[in-house]
Amino acid sequence: MTEQMILRIEDLYKSFGDHEVLKGISLSLNKGETKVVVGPSGTGKSTMLNNINMLIPPDQGRIYLEDVDVTTTTDLTKIRQEIGFVFQDFGLFDHLTARDNVMIGLTRVKKMAGKEAAELAMLELRRVGLEKHAGQYPAELSGGQKQRVGIARALAMQPKLILFDEPTSALDPELIGEVLTVMKNLARDGMTMLIVSHEMGFARTVSDQIIFMENGVIVEQGSPEQLFNNPQQERTREFLFKLTDLYGEGGG
Amino acid sequence: MSDLLNIFSTAYPRLLEGLGITLVLTVIPMVLGTLFGVGLALGKIYGNRILSGFITVFIEIIRGTPLLVQLFILYFSLPPYGIRLSALTAALIGFTINSGAYQAEYLRGSIQSVSSGQLKAALSIGMSRWQGIFYIILPQALRRVIPSWTNEFIYLLKYTSLAYIIGAQELMGQARFVASRNFEFFKVYLIAAVIYLLLVLVLTAVFNRLERRYRIPGFDYKR
Ligand SMILES: Nc1ncnc2c1ncn2[C@@H]1O[C@H](COP(=O)(O)OP(=O)(O)OP(=O)(O)O)[C@@H](O)[C@H]1O
Ligand SMILES: [Mg+2]
Repeated sequence: MTEQMILRIEDLYKSFGDHEVLKGISLSLNKGETKVVVGPSGTGKSTMLNNINMLIPPDQGRIYLEDVDVTTTTDLTKIRQEIGFVFQDFGLFDHLTARDNVMIGLTRVKKMAGKEAAELAMLELRRVGLEKHAGQYPAELSGGQKQRVGIARALAMQPKLILFDEPTSALDPELIGEVLTVMKNLARDGMTMLIVSHEMGFARTVSDQIIFMENGVIVEQGSPEQLFNNPQQERTREFLFKLTDLYGEGGG
Repeated sequence: MSDLLNIFSTAYPRLLEGLGITLVLTVIPMVLGTLFGVGLALGKIYGNRILSGFITVFIEIIRGTPLLVQLFILYFSLPPYGIRLSALTAALIGFTINSGAYQAEYLRGSIQSVSSGQLKAALSIGMSRWQGIFYIILPQALRRVIPSWTNEFIYLLKYTSLAYIIGAQELMGQARFVASRNFEFFKVYLIAAVIYLLLVLVLTAVFNRLERRYRIPGFDYKR
């Protein structure tokens, strides 16, 4: 079986002023794969995710979504529809209900008719277990519910790939599980996902690969068993040990 | 008191006519000034450097000079160039420009108080920048600016009285006319003041209602 490549990043570089944040990042995702990126704070994980949908354009390197070079495409809005993004601080539109948050991309970007869009929005809300909260505004939802709306909003656009930037790190511990469960179901349903997260239990049980990044380079990537049981770099062992110690194995 | 009623009973046709013009001078610049102010604010924040700089200078000139001077310029200094405006037209244009400049500054502050993450999220689902501004940023910014605009419109309402100086027969102009006939200056101006006060109260009530109506449930941006 030939695997279909969804995302391929080649030799990505990014600096802010004279601070070089990404120093040659390469990775790829096949259809249906889930990869989890871990690494210390300030390492460039968010910068890399933002490069992928060009919210922050890279200085150098190539990013392919299937066979389209994202860095040179003339239709960025089209590419961004195909790449979902889930934010650490949710990024929900504060003036819109949960349903309208999910709908607005369909009506305004995809120009779908209102009724059809509303039905699809409800479908996605059901998928994240929030159909009962469709009429509530973000300020009326818990953190876990907000993040699930964020995921439903990304899903509604029928993306080829979803990027998650620490989707649970702004949540109270008791709310993390509901979000991870939704993500786990997505992985099971074959969604392609690149996830920055320090939830080691989740990474261990759900991801196909763990990518350890530090100081703007990928130190090591491999299957969870390989990285946890037989890391090639001493630094990987140290970091994963510390993370597991810090975050535990829970939430998986 | 009966004195005041007496004066009012003979003067009311003129005062009501003046009131009508005062309302025209308030409502039209309010609406046009709002549109103008939204345009200025968007151009200042999202426009290129040249446009943004040009708008900044324009706003500072308008805010930095007396409204009365602006009215004089529109009314007295344009005829030599072949532009002859009636007092009413000059006042309408002057108030619209003046109010627009103030509203632009209020709106700019309120746009900038909407979190930058909102536009980022809009872009991330494939909206263009302008779609993000119109569907996501502006609806939130406009809600937040309502209290400032309420103040602005109260000022505007009262500043329309300046129009009598260039000869517009609004409430103040009519009051002056009536008083110059019956010499009851204090009492006539008192009646005019009460009418302004009632208008301000109505305006405030309308905008408070608007603010409540468009409040986002559960969301407190003042926090
Ligand atoms: N817009 C910016 N301008 C200047 N420097 C920036 C900008 N964005 C990020 N940086 C810097 O780039 C470095 C990498 O930031 P980034 O947010 O990608 O790290 P991260 O790995 O996501 O960290 P964290 O785990 O804390 O989220 C940091 O040192 C940060 O200060
Ligand atoms: Mg980050």
